[in-house]
Amino acid sequence: MAVYQCSINGRIRPIEADDPDQPLLYALRNDLSLTGAKFGCGLGQCGTCCVLADGEVVRSCQLSVSQAVGKTITTLEGLGTIENPHPVQAAFVTEQAAQCGYCANGMVINAVALLGRNPKPNLDDVKQALANNLCRCGTHDRILRAVMRASGQVMP
Amino acid sequence: MTDQTVPCTPALNRRDLLRAGSALVVTFASGLAQAQQRNTPQLKAGKTLKTDEVDGFIALAPDGSATLYCGKVDLGTGLRIAIPQMAAEELGLPLEAITLIEGDTALTPDQGPTAGSSGIMRGGVQIRQAAATAREALIGMAAQHWGKPRNDLTVADGHVVDGDTQERLAFSVLLNGKPFALKLDEKAPLKKPADYEIVGKPLPRPDIAAKVTGQHPYMHDVTIDGMLHARVIRPQAVGASITGIDESSVKTLSDVKIVRINNFLAVVSRNEWTVIRAAKALKVSWSNPASLVGHDKVKSWMVAAGNDAAQSAGKEVLTQKGDSAKALAESKQVLSASYYWPLQSHASMGPSCGIADVRPDGVTIWSASQATHRLRGICARILERPLEQVRVIYRDGAGCYGTNGHDDVCADAALISKAIGQPVRVQWSREDELGWDPKGPPQLLAMRGAVNGEGRLAAWETEMWLPKATASLPNIPMLGPQDAGINQPQGLSTGLISQNAHPPYAHPHLAVRVNWLKDSPLRPSNIRAPGKIANSFAVESFVDELAASAQRDSLEFRLEGLSDPRGLAVCKKVAELMRWQARPSPAKSGSLGRGFSYVHYKFNETYVAIGMEVEIKRRAGAIVVKRIVCAHDCGLIINPDATRQQVEGNILQTLSRTLFEETQFDTSKVTSVDWQSYPLLTFPDVPELEIALLDQPHLPPLGAGEAACAAVPAALANAVYDACGARLRNVPFTPDRVKLALARGHA
Ligand code: FES
Ligand code: FES
Repeated sequence: MAVYQCSINGRIRPIEADDPDQPLLYALRNDLSLTGAKFGCGLGQCGTCCVLADGEVVRSCQLSVSQAVGKTITTLEGLGTIENPHPVQAAFVTEQAAQCGYCANGMVINAVALLGRNPKPNLDDVKQALANNLCRCGTHDRILRAVMRASGQVMP
Repeated sequence: MTDQTVPCTPALNRRDLLRAGSALVVTFASGLAQAQQRNTPQLKAGKTLKTDEVDGFIALAPDGSATLYCGKVDLGTGLRIAIPQMAAEELGLPLEAITLIEGDTALTPDQGPTAGSSGIMRGGVQIRQAAATAREALIGMAAQHWGKPRNDLTVADGHVVDGDTQERLAFSVLLNGKPFALKLDEKAPLKKPADYEIVGKPLPRPDIAAKVTGQHPYMHDVTIDGMLHARVIRPQAVGASITGIDESSVKTLSDVKIVRINNFLAVVSRNEWTVIRAAKALKVSWSNPASLVGHDKVKSWMVAAGNDAAQSAGKEVLTQKGDSAKALAESKQVLSASYYWPLQSHASMGPSCGIADVRPDGVTIWSASQATHRLRGICARILERPLEQVRVIYRDGAGCYGTNGHDDVCADAALISKAIGQPVRVQWSREDELGWDPKGPPQLLAMRGAVNGEGRLAAWETEMWLPKATASLPNIPMLGPQDAGINQPQGLSTGLISQNAHPPYAHPHLAVRVNWLKDSPLRPSNIRAPGKIANSFAVESFVDELAASAQRDSLEFRLEGLSDPRGLAVCKKVAELMRWQARPSPAKSGSLGRGFSYVHYKFNETYVAIGMEVEIKRRAGAIVVKRIVCAHDCGLIINPDATRQQVEGNILQTLSRTLFEETQFDTSKVTSVDWQSYPLLTFPDVPELEIALLDQPHLPPLGAGEAACAAVPAALANAVYDACGARLRNVPFTPDRVKLALARGHA
């Protein structure tokens, strides 16, 4: 059993794993009780497991614990809380941009990264940024509205 | 987070809750809290679960708070705000005083599955009636207390109020710690819509802040003390048997147990990643029965099965009016066309997950099932336990849109927990979910129709080929128990798939026939708007084909045969929003088009009209949906924003199903088992949406969970035809089919 020292939500968290290839997703969910990132496919195809690593979006089902060492990881929980949400989270609440909400983690994480590199995206920019994140419930329109709102713009 | 903590909210201090534990508890005052206990014998002494008792649904606590016990569950659809709105309104309680408990079989009455758009229409209406009964009873108690006629009294803010003196008596004082002990009165008067203060408001849902901050406790996030992780290794082919297991293939992984019950095979470990690796590494050999027809042969199989005495479940005339055969024979021009809807997966974003704790004195199941009360019976049967020993606790899953794998995964967990005597969590993989969730059944429809000399609909015939649902089947056969060789009732479940099979426009001669089939190519279940999507696709497309053949504007053609004022209103609203100009299809442009479709759901529920604008990229065979307009009348609207969100979801999900989705399978198994082989709509495909909700405050609330789905596919097909003259009759509308239709007129 090896221990991987990972920086997660501003703290160094030791993660024990007997396999260096274990995806970070399982460590977050099972060992650190950070269940915001969701298991959707384990194949890098859906985006429900996204986290930020050094500000970039990473699919935590595709990032091993050994690769996570040395990166600064932020999860959905690290962005904000119910009482004190991140502006993107607040915009999702205002637009009521979740049905089942299982995809919401990936949507919020990608939106935060997008607004980090492009504070005033147009609608197509947002659609492209979320193009690889799936939603089964058809919440897309509200998610787009929420991201536009978070950027201080209204949806055209 | 272990699912054992009991956050201290006022509601949870109440005795019955502490005794029984609770399911998903949402308090409006404090966001979301949860607690539960294992099923124990004491649970039997809990509150009444009767649907004809006010106490089945409502408990008022001495501190003024109220708990609603709801047998229906919020599947991401907004019941969690709408049902408390209905109850708060009738009872004269502030919304913040209400806690909602959903689906827990130890606490909630069995109100039937959360299916068929029935959450508000039946579940909410029942609770509203209980609330009205409770309010009348409280007024009666106050009238007696004050010695005043009850007509002088009203309720507000958890109190009965004397209109003359403004004197107030708290509900809790009136009840004095006792239950209502009262039958639900079907005739208890309801509040007048003009007096509504809470119903009709677009109040925000209580779960969204938690969902977007990672604090919402989904099924997938639940952990139980001592819980083990398991993965089921599903057969290599449908119906395959194990011919050998090489246990040494997992020897290098420590702490792995193999559980085998006949052909049911699972691996178990304390560590989730270990069990995932074990499931992959375990070498198993299987027989290869090759019993399936293959997705590309389903249509011909259906027609053949309809004519084969061994496979036919009978032919039935569903509707007959006039003499369609004679009218068609006498028509100058008879049109015919057939339409096909393929097998589809529920395709939930989160593969199914369930936990079972099977103990000698009781069984507890944690589940995201849309039908926890039904699942309770399933688990009791497969575990051979009396029903009272089984408790199912609801937790939110990923949206399921019908019976997906949620029930199966709990049956898996129950079998494994029973075998090893410990609580077990089973998480399906993506491949499991798309491969093995029960599928929406295939539907084939052949239409014949004619238009008379005045260009009006003269005669219509629908012939359908449909898998027949087995009468009074308690549930679909569960995968795990099937492989384990456990006896269970066999048969098909499909939902009501033969409705909406003819146009709702005046037509003198009509016949609807169905060829019932004994089987379906893969295990079927209800999938959102069961059957009505395919039937409305065929009917509303063929209406368009008839209008085009008569050089008529398709909307005028519909409207002249429509007399229902609510139907007319939604159609006219869409026409107005689209600035519809009357002209026959196709348009002149060759690439831009518009389409229309109208559905009166089940002919007695919600009214929907949809208009679409599309552009066709001829070279690529691509359909670009630019704008979708919808007018929607589901009677009284409880929460306009939650309703709007449902309509948006209906539209976009069905757009996905129409453009992209077909479960593919060869002769042994499903082959579309990831998001590449089973693609969904993505953000770049999302059109502009405009939705008009037509409120009917004086009419009963109807469902909003599925009706709009049914109007989507034909509006799209009709828009494609209008744009380029190509008629799409087979779903999904892939680029290959678009190109084929461009070349030969239809596909
Ligand atoms: S779970 Fe990681 S991309 Fe789907
Ligand atoms: S809200 Fe359910 S998957 Fe997106």
